[in-house]
Amino acid sequence: MNDPVRLYDGALSSRLLLGTARYPSPAILAEAIRASGCEIVTVSLRREAGGARAGEAFWSLIRDVGARVLPNTAGCRTAKEAIATAQMAREVFATDWIKLEVIGEEDTLQPDVFGLVEAARALADEGFKVFPYTTDDLVVAEKLLDAGCRVLMPWAAPIGSGRGVNDAFALRALRAHFPDTPLVVDAGLGAPSHAALVMEMGYDAVLLNTAVSRAGDPVLMARAFALAIEAGRAGFRAQPMTPRDMAEPSTPLIGRPFDRLA
Amino acid sequence: MSATTLQLLLDELGYDEKTVGTALNQEFVRARDRAETRLREGDAVEIVTPRQGG
Repeated sequence: MNDPVRLYDGALSSRLLLGTARYPSPAILAEAIRASGCEIVTVSLRREAGGARAGEAFWSLIRDVGARVLPNTAGCRTAKEAIATAQMAREVFATDWIKLEVIGEEDTLQPDVFGLVEAARALADEGFKVFPYTTDDLVVAEKLLDAGCRVLMPWAAPIGSGRGVNDAFALRALRAHFPDTPLVVDAGLGAPSHAALVMEMGYDAVLLNTAVSRAGDPVLMARAFALAIEAGRAGFRAQPMTPRDMAEPSTPLIGRPFDRLA
Repeated sequence: MSATTLQLLLDELGYDEKTVGTALNQEFVRARDRAETRLREGDAVEIVTPRQGG
C-alpha cells in the first residue's frame, strides 16, 4: 500500500517512530527496530559516566541499523536547556530534526507549554525542524505552528504510563482542527489497540518507546504495533461506517424462508 | 582539571571529539570553537554523547 507520510523533508512508508530506551539489551533493541519496520528512531544526549564509552557503542549500533535519527531534548526543564541541547544534538547527530521536550511537571512529565513555544520559536528561527512534544491543547498547538513547527506531537497519556488515550475527545478535536498538519501521537500508549485507535482517528503516525521496550517480548511487540498502526491507518482511509443505536439486519430480509407471503 | 580551554579538557579526559557535544554555562559551544573557548574557575561544562532516548 503506497501511503507515505511526510514529516518535514522525510517521506516515510512506516508510520511508526520508535524510541531506543529501556530495552533488555542492545541486540534486542536492534531486532525490535528491524521487526517494527520503522524508519525513524529517537535518541538522546547524556553525560558519559566514569570514563565509559557507552555513547560510542550505542551510536555505532544505531548507524548500523540504518534508521534516520530524531534526537530529543528529554529531561530539559527550561527553554534555555532545551535550546542548548538541540544545538548540541544537531552537531553530534548531523541532523536539524529535533524532538523538543520541555518538561514542566515531575509526576506527569507534562510539557511546560510556555517554555516549549519559546524554545520552538528560537529553534525554528535557527533552521531546526521541530517536532514538539505537547499536550492536546488547541491553543498551544496553534502557537507552536505560529512559532514555525510543521509537525505536532500531542501526548495520549503521560510518558511511560501505557494508559492509552486519556482524552479521546481532545485528540479528535485536535485532528479536526488541524486537518493538514502532520500529527504524531507521542507518549502514553501501551497496547497495539491504542495505536490502532489513534490511527483510525486520522493521526498520521505514532511514536512509541516503553510500550515496546518494556513488553515481555519487545521484538514481537514491535511487530504487533507495526501491524496495528497499518490496520488503523487503512481503517481510517477506508472511512468507517456510522454507528447506530439499534440493530439493522445485515442479511437481506427479502426471500427469507418461512416468511409469510403477503 | 588543569585544562585552560574546552578542547584541552576534552583531550585530557580522552573524548573522541567527533561524538561529543559541548556546552559552557548552558550555552552551546561548537566543535570548531572549543580550542578558543577558555575555561574559568566556576564554569559549568557539559560534555554529552549519544545515548538511548524516547
